[in-house]
Amino acid sequence: MRQQTHSEPCIKVLRAGPLALLQDSGRFGVRHLGVTQGGPADVYCWAWANHLVGNPWGAANLEITFGGLQLVAGRDLEIAVTGADLGATLDQKPVPLWQRITWKEGQTLAFDAPVSGLRAYLAVSGEFVAEPVLGSVACVTRENLGGFDGRGAKLAQGDQLFVRSAEAQGNEGPTHAPEEAIPDFKKPATLDLLPGAQIAEFTGRSLFDAFNTWWKVDDRADRMGVRLTGPKLSCKISTLVSEGINLGGVQVPPDGQPIVLLNDRQTIGGYPRFGSLSPLSASRLAQCLPGEQVKLMAIGSDAALSQYRSFRALFNTASR
Amino acid sequence: MSQRTDLHRSMLESAGLDSWIVRLFDAIDENNLPWFSALSRRCEQAFGDALIDLVPSYTTLLVVFDPLRVSPAQARTMIYTILADLEPDGSTNTGEVHELATWYDPSVGPELSRVAEHADISVSDVIKIHSEQVYRVFALGFAPGFAFMGLLDPRIECPRLDTPRRRVPVGSVALAGRQTAAYPAPTPGGWNLLGRTSARLFDREREGFSLLRVGDQVRFVPVSRDEFEREGGDTTPTEPLA
Repeated sequence: MRQQTHSEPCIKVLRAGPLALLQDSGRFGVRHLGVTQGGPADVYCWAWANHLVGNPWGAANLEITFGGLQLVAGRDLEIAVTGADLGATLDQKPVPLWQRITWKEGQTLAFDAPVSGLRAYLAVSGEFVAEPVLGSVACVTRENLGGFDGRGAKLAQGDQLFVRSAEAQGNEGPTHAPEEAIPDFKKPATLDLLPGAQIAEFTGRSLFDAFNTWWKVDDRADRMGVRLTGPKLSCKISTLVSEGINLGGVQVPPDGQPIVLLNDRQTIGGYPRFGSLSPLSASRLAQCLPGEQVKLMAIGSDAALSQYRSFRALFNTASR
Repeated sequence: MSQRTDLHRSMLESAGLDSWIVRLFDAIDENNLPWFSALSRRCEQAFGDALIDLVPSYTTLLVVFDPLRVSPAQARTMIYTILADLEPDGSTNTGEVHELATWYDPSVGPELSRVAEHADISVSDVIKIHSEQVYRVFALGFAPGFAFMGLLDPRIECPRLDTPRRRVPVGSVALAGRQTAAYPAPTPGGWNLLGRTSARLFDREREGFSLLRVGDQVRFVPVSRDEFEREGGDTTPTEPLA
């Protein structure tokens, strides 16, 4: 795919909004160098956006956090918007979400503010094009890696975005997501957690609280991690020798308030953890706005694995 | 050679659907390193294309695999099979040796005097002690190419700063607790700054990207300001702490 050279600047950023980032599936095979994973905070909605425009798994699309982004098309494009409802409009008319639509040359696509959920995904048939850095275009601002400029810059006013030419686009697959595939971000989230890591070191009371509390999503939440507030959890050990930490890991610093680690987390960390969210639950958490409530529910690895494999089977691909 | 902990189920801890933490040791020790290089190589062979990432760090190895190809239970069995007959790599020639040209100076190492006061020795002794030792890289993390090295001579141990700097200049050579490091990129940081190296620690154009890897050996070599500048070092003073 990457050898394809027929790309042209065909989208212009009129207004950038707080945070819009190019994301492919992430940066892999370099974590031992201290390089984080990156990739879509909500892999479920990201994958559906690609799927609806016939792009393969791994194609880069735009993660739009909170809204505020305005783009104009330089030619007709087939697109899909999934994920959060950020009040998107095409020339002031509401954009139907979770389906393939045509964005006509000269029309302005605008994202306003969250109606439900936090992050929307915009996929373009033919795929956005950027030079991969360390094997990926995933944009990690903290590491100055990836994105359209290769240096981790979020979208800025005046940016020209490149899209692979129309000849390269595939059009197989559905044009509408079925109703049951569309998450309802207005419903309070129950997040599946695989117990593990240092769970044995937490007090019984803390483990009871962990799974029987409506946790509040704090405003200290970003692509590195999401802090939850609620009862204070206590662990018999307060810090560990730093070790590799994975997506969805739930770590508890000495203040007893858990932090769920997301895509741009540091690669190693030294706080005790009592488990990891399943990949799809980490995605769900990434759609929560500060102040929303979530519950943790223990899940076995067989159940989590079959959920994840069914999700990936939709996209008919073998690897990342 | 340090003793491997007994093979026991507690050596593997779940880190999610696609990963296991392999805990080989309890304490930080450079003799742990040959075990991790051996274990990493064996995991690469066993998992092949299903291996996503390996993150060694001090006492553990995080093994990340593709859950579409290998289930967590299969991965656990594979790792136990490896552990059953794991032998450490020969310890004599593990890890590359790097010499990092370093300009030790208060203008770029504003905590030289803090470390000296804390140790109750002179600044030149701090430099001498810091630069005489060969360090081992225990882990990379915090930022791309940021290598945690140790263990420091206990005479120059010093706690991290109460208030971290918002921006530590690239190349800054620093210490905290019993570890030392050099900053590959300007980032926030709370370590004591001693000087600056002209070495390019992280370079996206270089094969392998990071100059330093876990297990490598590193020595900081004192150089003059002129030499530091000739090698491309930036002599802009580090802003003092507010």
